[in-house]
Amino acid sequence: MTQFKRPDALYDVPTHYCPGCGHGIAQRLVGEVIDELGVRERTVGTAPVGCAVLMYDYFNCDVIECPHGRSPAVATGIKRMRPDRVVFTYQGDGDLAAIGTAETIHTANRGENLTVIFVNNAIYGMTGGQMAPTTMLGQTTTTTPGGRGKNREGGPLRICELLSSLDGVCYLERVSVSTPKDIGLAKKAIRKAFTNQLEEKGFSLVEVLSMCPTDWKMTPVQAVEFVETQMKKVFPLGVYKDK
Amino acid sequence: MQTGTEIETRIVIAGFGGQGVVLAGNLLAQACVEEGKNVTMMVAYGAEMRGGTANSTVVISGGTIYSPVVTRPTIAVVMNTPSLEKFEPLVTAGGLIVGNGSMMHRGVQREDLKSVTIPATEIAHRLGNVRVANVVILGALIATADLLKLKSMERAIEILMAQKKAALVALNLEALRAGFAECRR
Amino acid sequence: MNAKTAKILLKGNEVMCEAAVRAGCKFFAGYPITPQNEVPEYMSWRLLQAGGVFVQAESEIAAINMVFGAAATGFRCMTSSSSPGISLKQEGISYITAAELPCVIANVQRGGPGLGNIRAAQGDYFQAVKGGGHGDYRLIVLAPSTMQELYSLTMNAFDYADHYRNPVMILTDGILGQMVEPIVPQEYQPLFDPAPKDYILDGCQGRKPRIVKTLHLQPAEALVEVNRRLVAKYARISGELKLSEEFLTDDAHLVVSGYGITAQIAKGAVLQARDKGLKVGLIRPITVWPFPEEPYLKAAKTAEKFLVVEMSNGQMVEDVRLAEQCRRPVEFFGVGGGWYPTIEEVLKRIEDHYPA
Repeated sequence: MTQFKRPDALYDVPTHYCPGCGHGIAQRLVGEVIDELGVRERTVGTAPVGCAVLMYDYFNCDVIECPHGRSPAVATGIKRMRPDRVVFTYQGDGDLAAIGTAETIHTANRGENLTVIFVNNAIYGMTGGQMAPTTMLGQTTTTTPGGRGKNREGGPLRICELLSSLDGVCYLERVSVSTPKDIGLAKKAIRKAFTNQLEEKGFSLVEVLSMCPTDWKMTPVQAVEFVETQMKKVFPLGVYKDK
Repeated sequence: MQTGTEIETRIVIAGFGGQGVVLAGNLLAQACVEEGKNVTMMVAYGAEMRGGTANSTVVISGGTIYSPVVTRPTIAVVMNTPSLEKFEPLVTAGGLIVGNGSMMHRGVQREDLKSVTIPATEIAHRLGNVRVANVVILGALIATADLLKLKSMERAIEILMAQKKAALVALNLEALRAGFAECRR
Repeated sequence: MNAKTAKILLKGNEVMCEAAVRAGCKFFAGYPITPQNEVPEYMSWRLLQAGGVFVQAESEIAAINMVFGAAATGFRCMTSSSSPGISLKQEGISYITAAELPCVIANVQRGGPGLGNIRAAQGDYFQAVKGGGHGDYRLIVLAPSTMQELYSLTMNAFDYADHYRNPVMILTDGILGQMVEPIVPQEYQPLFDPAPKDYILDGCQGRKPRIVKTLHLQPAEALVEVNRRLVAKYARISGELKLSEEFLTDDAHLVVSGYGITAQIAKGAVLQARDKGLKVGLIRPITVWPFPEEPYLKAAKTAEKFLVVEMSNGQMVEDVRLAEQCRRPVEFFGVGGGWYPTIEEVLKRIEDHYPA
């Protein structure tokens, strides 16, 4: 059922996210799930480096802000010492899939009992629109002015596909926050990723395709269209692992 | 009154890798603990101690030990020819070389040293395991140098081998006593 | 001898682990690198035995960040490495220092720069005491020179870390790490009353949510205020925690100085020089940050010269010059890359530099 009340897990403050950005939606979904599972007072979140760094000002729970890409390692330290607490990381594509690739893969492979929310908007937002590891071929960014080239920058990194071969991983699903229907499915996936942790099932990651109209140089409507017509082709939605 | 000239015994135990020189060093160190002596053991560092051999060094003193690093040993326990060649020139005058005659092509040449050579590998072979040659030669060292009591070495073997290698305690005690007896005949 | 004072024979790296576990360390993350491998190896079974958590991390970067997370939960935690690996940890060290979380970091120094070699060295002094990572920060840096002191200072390191909410580095080297000596494993005696840990992240039940962060954008002066607070803390540490040993310095014409195993070797040379009738003493910093200036300034009043010995190209020597305020000449003996001094060599330098 659709909920219009602000979740307790989020503060009643305006966010700094640009109009049309998907972070606000993704974070609201996380907040709703935390509320529904009744775990706000035993949750510790990790803030990444990137647009979502200020999430510590939005989430009404304990938060630690981590060095760029290191959230999975920091979360490992927290969860190992406090296995009865709910620990989630919230990371962007540069954080999780570029500078923190090693931490991502090894945390997943160890099967750490964590929930990872991975927001993929195919660009570096906070630093002003440079190429992300998930930028699509041909996509123009401030560091790929001629478009991302297969033989120069390589193709976009598909994290769900990459992690799906690891035995330690419990659950991988790629969702989107571009349409109301997708948002509903995204919430279901996020809920499952948290439930898995409560059931001590191990590493769960939800990849959320998201809009960045500002750095894509688009209107919010065009940005939604971009996710629908471009990103979903390169990053097909669906469950990649469910143990 | 503090003094910098406390008599130190500086031992190098040298051989091929696998001849148990590190274990031999640990056993000597543990025996020192049994007797309340100060001791420092380490697997040798230093360019002059590199090459085809593995070696450990043990410094024993009644007083404080200031350097764990041995450049001029007072005693060299050599398990093979390369070790003899390397350390014979470095032993201080009046020092001691204990050699494993089974694996040495020549004897000790310096005349300003004491030396004793026993067929440690052959004795170990006779006992059923060539790998205890290191402990056989420790027996010879204890019999020759006025350093540590046989009883302390026996305790060291019991302590260091009890956990992992309980079955080997008896064999090593036998090896120690055989090396000791070889020099006391 | 009773069980409490009976000596146990351990390798230096193991001595450090044993002390850490007995001081209540509950989390260790590390990555293998010679000559500190005994640390993760020992911790992998010993910490579990003591009810703690051991993680072999995928890198030194991950290890220090696991410690960042564990420190935020309020448990005593530790990581270790050797020189190249400590370089990798610098990012995390800067963050942990900025977040004012306690942890212990051991550097079993080896030869450098670059991959260097696996022999003992003291080339990471600048990195340890001047701030190896980005931003203005300080580590408390302890430099034990004997096995027994390695044991006791490791225990103290956890107390200093908690008391000052600051990372503490134990600066050892390949010799201290690899040598085997009997030590008396004394009972852990806390140096301070436990401070309330009001920073812990463990879920916000019954309290307001807490944030551990190092980003300070708003207001514009926020980060300046953070820096002011850090400066005040470092000043407090400097005022309270300068540890050193003065050895035969009262009548010394020449004062030798060094830290760690080098100081112990130099002490042997000082005693031999005394046997030869030379009036030589030694100052040994036990904390290299904060650096104990006072003994040097005092010695400069009576001694004519200083001689600093390091297993480096000359790093601590700069702090000695600052400490004695250039009142007396300071000679240096040392080189990096795995070289170590012998007692005989130090004695020769003492004789060479002994004031006529």
